[in-house]
Amino acid sequence: MPTVELLLSPRPHHVRTARLVGVAAARRAGLPDELVDELRWALGEACSRAVALHAAHAPDVPVRILLREDTAGLTVEVIDHGPQGLPPEGTDPEALFGSAVQGSGHNGFQDGLQDDHADEGVDPRVSLAVLGGLVDDIDVTSTEAGTTVRLRWPLPVRTP
Amino acid sequence: MDLSLEDRTEGDRTVVVVGGEIDVYTAPKLREKLIDLVSAGNYHLVVDMEAVEFLDSTGLGVLVGGLKRVRAHEGSLRLVCTQERILKIFRITGLTKVFPIHASVDEAVAATD
Repeated sequence: MPTVELLLSPRPHHVRTARLVGVAAARRAGLPDELVDELRWALGEACSRAVALHAAHAPDVPVRILLREDTAGLTVEVIDHGPQGLPPEGTDPEALFGSAVQGSGHNGFQDGLQDDHADEGVDPRVSLAVLGGLVDDIDVTSTEAGTTVRLRWPLPVRTP
Repeated sequence: MDLSLEDRTEGDRTVVVVGGEIDVYTAPKLREKLIDLVSAGNYHLVVDMEAVEFLDSTGLGVLVGGLKRVRAHEGSLRLVCTQERILKIFRITGLTKVFPIHASVDEAVAATD
C-alpha cells in the first residue's frame, strides 16, 4: 500500500501541490535534505510533464502519484495516460527543443524562426531527459495506456 | 512562492529579475513578460535567475522562446545564474551551448558577443 497516493486533476496549479506533498512525505520518511530538494525538482518535472500531456490528450483523467516508503527506500511513481514518448538520445538542444535553437552559434538561426509556437509547449521527452539527468535511480515504462515514471531514493538506515 | 518578475533598464540592456518557481503554472507569466518586452523594442535581455527556486522544462521552453524572439531582432538573451541545481538542468538539456550564462548581472550587462 502506498504511503501517499494523490490524484491530481490535470491543472497546472496542482503541480505545486504535488511538490509540496512530495517534500512533506520525503521529510517524514527521513530523506536527507539535499535529496529532498532533488525529489522536489524531479517530482515537479514529472508532474509538469504528466499534467501537460493530460491537458492535451486526457483532460478529464487525473494524474496519479504514488509515494511509497519500503525497504528499498522512497519510491515515487507518476502515472500518466498520455501518448508514449521515450527520451531522445543525447542532449543536443536541437533534438530537445527543435528548431527554436537552430543555429545557436548565431548563424542560421533564422531557419528556426519558422516555428512561431516553439515555446508554446515543450516536447514531453525533454522532461524525461531532465529527469534522467536529475535522478540516478529512474525507470520509465511506457505502454499503450500511458507512461509510469518511477523515481527512487535510498533512505538512511534508522536505528529503532 | 509564486513567480515574481521585475524589469529595469541598464544601458542598452533590459534586466529581468525572476524570483520564485517557474513551472507549468507560472511559465506563461514569464512568457508574457518576455513577449511584452520584445514587443516594446527591448531586444537585449538579461534574465537574472538567482532568486529562482524551481525551474522545469516548461520554463526552459519559455526561455528558448524568448531567445528566439530577441534573435529575430538581432538581439540577445543572457542568463545570470550561479545555482548549481539550475545550471545542471541547463547542462542536461544542452542549453549551456545555447544561452550565455553569467555569474552576475554586471558581468552579463557588460558582455558583448
